[in-house]
Amino acid sequence: MATDEPPTKPPSTSLEKLSRRSFLSHIGAAGVATAVAPLAASAATQQLAATAEAAPPTIPGTIPITLKINGETHTLAIDPRATLLDTLRETLHLTGTKKGCDHGQCGACTVHLNGRRINSCLTFAAMHQQAEITTIEGLGQPGNLHPMQAAFVEHDSYQCGYCTSGQIMSAVAMTKEPWGATDRDVQEAMSGNICRCGAYPNIVAAVQAVRRLA
Amino acid sequence: MELFELITPRSIPDAIKAQSLSPTAQNGASVRFIAGGTNLIDYMKLNVERPGQLVDINTLPLTTIEPTPEGGLKLGALTRNSDVANHPTIRAQYAVLSEAILAGASPQLRNMATTAGNLLQKTRCVYFRDTASPCNKREPGTGCSAIGGYNRMLAILGTSEHCIATNPSDQNVALTALEATIHVEGAKGPRAIPIADFYLIPGNTPQRETILEPGDLITHITLPPPPPNSKSIYLKLRDRASYEFALASAAIVLQLDASNRITHARIALGGVGTKPWRSLEAERSLQGKPATPITFRAAAEAALHAAKPQSQNGFKIELAKRCLTHALTQASTLA
Repeated sequence: MATDEPPTKPPSTSLEKLSRRSFLSHIGAAGVATAVAPLAASAATQQLAATAEAAPPTIPGTIPITLKINGETHTLAIDPRATLLDTLRETLHLTGTKKGCDHGQCGACTVHLNGRRINSCLTFAAMHQQAEITTIEGLGQPGNLHPMQAAFVEHDSYQCGYCTSGQIMSAVAMTKEPWGATDRDVQEAMSGNICRCGAYPNIVAAVQAVRRLA
Repeated sequence: MELFELITPRSIPDAIKAQSLSPTAQNGASVRFIAGGTNLIDYMKLNVERPGQLVDINTLPLTTIEPTPEGGLKLGALTRNSDVANHPTIRAQYAVLSEAILAGASPQLRNMATTAGNLLQKTRCVYFRDTASPCNKREPGTGCSAIGGYNRMLAILGTSEHCIATNPSDQNVALTALEATIHVEGAKGPRAIPIADFYLIPGNTPQRETILEPGDLITHITLPPPPPNSKSIYLKLRDRASYEFALASAAIVLQLDASNRITHARIALGGVGTKPWRSLEAERSLQGKPATPITFRAAAEAALHAAKPQSQNGFKIELAKRCLTHALTQASTLA
């Protein structure tokens, strides 16, 4: 799934406490520390980090914006060039939305804007201050999955999982659009979401299972 | 991407005033209107477009689809492609437009892209997209890399020795067959431009693609009432079943009388022209003739008569002929 799975039992080792993302960032930090030797963790660096946390500096060239995402209002200062995708991932750390091609060709970045699916890589965040934005994190969470998320698990509709959040956001939106009932209609409706692992038959199965429930 | 200032105009005159400060409304404009952004932001990421100011027109009151007093339809500039394609009147009376839009891009892009943005959709010629390559459309006078280069997807009609880039839109092919009128407000007031006069072939100035001048804002398009008992259809041929630009496409409006003679035909081709390609030759060839395979093939021959193939796209001539013939057959079966 797009968000980290909750542990099914209390973690017994420090490794199990790490989510995949925090594990990867630990690796990154360790790599840097090794490369620049003991100086990296100097007192000066730590002090700088503490100051930055206390009073975030105004970055020249940024503009103030307000975004409503998953029902929560966020006030941010961003570069006007920031796409909605980059703002979600890099500023708000909502990393469930993925960056694939960054040119509107793959669908990995699909989110809902006022309930309709769009490519978040091809729009600027500053243009959507009045909109209701929904990401995969707002759709459902482990323990309380959206029926489409549950169907993707049930039907094994992914391999590597990178396109999955975009596929699910697209699939949820398509169930509210005027499409026919056949598998062929689902294929056409989902044609804006590429899966390079080729999980397409299972994606169609999951989407159809949810549509039959409705 | 270069830094830009994002401007939100409060009115149509504000928007016009902001864009009129650009020396051009064509490629390389320093001020750009932005609506859906799907095409512009793609090109800004590639540094093909480098506007210093973006005028966000999304809040302007240009979002409605409504009947005209003449019995036609008016589409606001900011109507989204998906809303136009799924509109009941368009599905029923202008099927060619609904089918063309649904044959283009992806559902996500169609939810973002607007009618007027699609009118101004730019070519996907790989050399136009690549700032490291010479391209007369992007940088006049540098030469055309596509002539003698990778040109399999490019145009065979309306080309010049300076540019062979294809107009990529499906919507605009349908609007050409429907004889849409494009309504523009500009520094000198409003004007109405038949779509046949809106696009320019490259000639010696491939950087100029439309008749738009600085400050010109497309406000809406109008469609005339469809001819009584006419049928319309869009047929698109491409490398993949979906989500791909046309190798060849045909938009047709056809009216037959009781004895199966063609009383009205409007023909436009996509994927083969440097602009959405209206074929008056094919229309003349069809007028008054019986709706038969021989008539259709003759129209297709007439439509592609002046085609000029490049090193890799000669196949498009026969493909476009068969596309048009097949679409005419389908339309006459519906009619």
